[in-house]
Amino acid sequence: MKSPHKTYTATRNACKLCAPLGASMAYKGIQGCVPIIHGSQGCATYVRRYMISHFREPVDIASSNFSEESTIFGGGPNLKMALTNVGNQYKPHHIGISTTCLSETIGDDVPQIIQEFRKEQPDLSHVGLAHAATPSYCGSHIDGFHHAIVAVIKNLSDKTLKNDKIVLLPGMLSPADYRYLKDVFDFMGQDVILLPDLSESLDNPHWHDYKRIPDGGTTPQELFEIGGSKGFIQFGDVFNRGASANTVSKRKIETPGSVLSDKYQLKGKTVGMPIGINATDRFFEAVLEMSGKQMPERYEKERGRLVDAYTDGHKYVFEKRAVVYGEEDFVIGLTEFLSEIGVEPVLIATGGKSNVFESIIKEKLQTGHQPKIMTGADFEEISEQCKDVNPDFIIGHSKGYYISKQLNVPLIRVGFPIHDRIGGQRVKHIGYEGTHELFDRIVNALLEYKQSNNAIGYKYL
Amino acid sequence: MSDKEKLSTIIDPDELKKEIMAKYPGKVQKKRSKGFVVNDPKDESLEIQANVRTIPGIITQRGCTYAGCKGVILGPTRDVVNIVHGPIGCSFYAWLTRRNQTRPLTEEDENFMTYAFSTDMQDSNIVFGGEAKLKKAIKEAYEMFKPHSIAIFSTCPVGLIGDDVHAVAREMKAELGINIFGFSCEGYRGVSQSAGHHIANNKIFSNVVGINDEKVVDSKFRMNMMGEYNIGGDAFLLEDYFKEMGIELVASFSGNSTIESYEYAHKVDLNVVMCHRSINYIAEMMEKKYGIPWFKVNFIGAHASAKSLIKIAEYYGDDEMIKKTKELVDREMKRVEEVIAEVRPKLEGKTAMMFVGGSRAHHYQELFAEVGMETVAAGYEFAHRDDYEGRRVIPNIKIDADTRNIEDLTVEKLDEQFRPDLQERKAKLEKSEFAFENYDGMMPEMRKGALVIDDISHHESEELIAKVKPDIFCAGIKEKYVIQKHGIPLKQLHSYDYGGPYAGFQGAINFYREIERMLTTNVWKMVDAPWKEEPEIVGSVVTEYC
Repeated sequence: MKSPHKTYTATRNACKLCAPLGASMAYKGIQGCVPIIHGSQGCATYVRRYMISHFREPVDIASSNFSEESTIFGGGPNLKMALTNVGNQYKPHHIGISTTCLSETIGDDVPQIIQEFRKEQPDLSHVGLAHAATPSYCGSHIDGFHHAIVAVIKNLSDKTLKNDKIVLLPGMLSPADYRYLKDVFDFMGQDVILLPDLSESLDNPHWHDYKRIPDGGTTPQELFEIGGSKGFIQFGDVFNRGASANTVSKRKIETPGSVLSDKYQLKGKTVGMPIGINATDRFFEAVLEMSGKQMPERYEKERGRLVDAYTDGHKYVFEKRAVVYGEEDFVIGLTEFLSEIGVEPVLIATGGKSNVFESIIKEKLQTGHQPKIMTGADFEEISEQCKDVNPDFIIGHSKGYYISKQLNVPLIRVGFPIHDRIGGQRVKHIGYEGTHELFDRIVNALLEYKQSNNAIGYKYL
Repeated sequence: MSDKEKLSTIIDPDELKKEIMAKYPGKVQKKRSKGFVVNDPKDESLEIQANVRTIPGIITQRGCTYAGCKGVILGPTRDVVNIVHGPIGCSFYAWLTRRNQTRPLTEEDENFMTYAFSTDMQDSNIVFGGEAKLKKAIKEAYEMFKPHSIAIFSTCPVGLIGDDVHAVAREMKAELGINIFGFSCEGYRGVSQSAGHHIANNKIFSNVVGINDEKVVDSKFRMNMMGEYNIGGDAFLLEDYFKEMGIELVASFSGNSTIESYEYAHKVDLNVVMCHRSINYIAEMMEKKYGIPWFKVNFIGAHASAKSLIKIAEYYGDDEMIKKTKELVDREMKRVEEVIAEVRPKLEGKTAMMFVGGSRAHHYQELFAEVGMETVAAGYEFAHRDDYEGRRVIPNIKIDADTRNIEDLTVEKLDEQFRPDLQERKAKLEKSEFAFENYDGMMPEMRKGALVIDDISHHESEELIAKVKPDIFCAGIKEKYVIQKHGIPLKQLHSYDYGGPYAGFQGAINFYREIERMLTTNVWKMVDAPWKEEPEIVGSVVTEYC
């Protein structure tokens, strides 16, 4: 149950990041797209630093470098200069603009600035421009991510090419997850448009020659096919509900799905993040239904192996107590998975603030467990609650490490950001395979904990 | 080609500059040319453009004013609760990311460095103002911790919506009875984080330094260390040296530090300055107000460390201390020389480039030189002209709008606490060519023909790498993977890649070993697959700027 706890005005060790970060990440999944953050140069620098430290890849994000003067007279000239320079320097297909609390507070009219830019720079008319309003005082990084996808659909997509493809909107997952999804459709023989496509652009091989814009991302051709596609599948139960799920902002919230329906009359399906067997089954069902294809044997086997692993390992995790935190949709996926393997999620927390989080969590729990559920939480609140719930392990991104250190229990690092380990971009979370890896990691972390906190030091478990 | 030959065949630097600049169109070319200099250490008329705005759309290494104030200067201080007033991002991004270490004296001692407090402003705070929320946040922080002090940092929207953080600080200070002060360090205020350093220096000087005059610092030799941020534990090594010399380190600005110690930091006989860029303001203001002399030291590089320690001992002029210091230096240098003898043959003649910070790009050159490596190009992220050319140029630096934006405190001599005795000692030492208020900058210490580049752009570093092919490149995390995709190892000089310490003698040894490992690793040999006879030819990107 939601327990009464002291509420704080200040956010102490936040469990969320800011919207321009999410937007920039989404833009990085569009081929040939260079993000620009319209604000102080520090915004781009900080966001780059946070993404680079996780993905361990070059992440170029330009800035319109506000000065004191721009705050008084508007940031238009700076943004236009940034667009021109990025346009000439990178030769991009697109530029993805996200605004900041600075440009939004002074009320910069970005669509107007873009119009002026189009008039002044006809040589760059081939460069597509997407614009998302992402002030950091509205929502968090996950909102930014989705707003950027909305902007891409609105500004860069088209329906000029009729096709039989399915548009997949996975949300904020790792490049390894995106690669998994690509494979699924490949093996099924169903063409897919990943929007965005983070499978390569944020996890590149070593290059022989440097590339200003990394390979990968949703291609310009795919963007033109979106409107003529068969339909879309989107992951996530919370964000995709749009404004109805939002307790904070009164602004109209468009979701990628709602824009695809409005703009192209596409039919779509919403499934939860496919973490765990049940959620992955629902994902495959959705794909099979929309595509009319058969389930490839490969995934039948993958599923079988996962069930086999559950039977082997469930005794080590059964009734273990877990704390889970992160973005709402991701946390809901993790919670369903944990519940499925017999782990008791005792504390489920998110920095997001929606009014449906708690009810969805309750739907997904398979057992009669009554976890503490926290929305709008920060790490200090999570830490305070942890003292009561006595967890066996914690699962979430690396910024919660200090809580696991305080409690001396393992932290299973998932999601974004993972700054204190390498390989954050390669962590698999979804599908039968990702679930399998996650399951093994959890079981092994608990075994290791038992082993190293035992005087005898069992070598046979 | 041997490394020696390679060095001598490095392209004519003037030609290289011309080639790199040629890709820029007129206006950008004109601007960038001034920040891209072929060095001549003897030429005093050589000028570099620095501390000017980055052109929008050109990817920079630079951060913002807030980063310099909150992250750099106040970040490493442990007994202050830092409340970031603004939307959530800024606070989150500055949460324990600089690897500053601290060592509370007891387990009960305050340490708030691990916290990231934010007012997490929402829509409504932007519309109706955030002062009430800020006050509440301050009260909460006070109730939770009863901290020694609380600092407030303004982020971009704060200045725009008209929240007066200084008035809030004054009000809360009166109400709660602890020191509370605010910084107007909105991100857009300056050219780079350097503006934030200045803003932080000003406030700490005016609201903290000297407010505790009762404290008795009972030692014959008292000193503050400035511009040392204890990345990777650098300061801990230096603290041990000072202790061995018999010096009481009263305050450190700001590695391993407390606000409490700043309050009586005026009770010293000497300030030594490491990072000139970030902290020279406080050193200068303390000399004006209290008569405490300062000089520049450098503890990056074994020989530089030895020279700096001996200079400090000579300042105090105490025979016992001089003796102890020489013993310390002899003992440590013996260990250092042994490692150099082992490592140098492997590294001799190799080349380095470094583009980082406001003093590191200069001082790390000494470490490389000690193992026989040469720095062929270097530059700062956020330095001013004096950090390149030396303090002699300060009177000639053009004051632009961005500089005018930052308050220049008027400091007056405080008669009752002024130390004429120290000023006399200074005057006496100066006669024997003992330098005070000194920093000659980076350029006089780099060889003729080396490239000195301020606020280097992606395009410039790509070209440098392609044409000069350095053996190692030093910068920060943002550049790391760009450079490594080029096939060149990168050493992070902001966070040390989780390594360090690199200061002092043991630090020098750690650094030589690290560079040895990085330059002898097998990793780079595996880049090309055995079945590929010819490397793939990939078209190069045409670069134009506007």
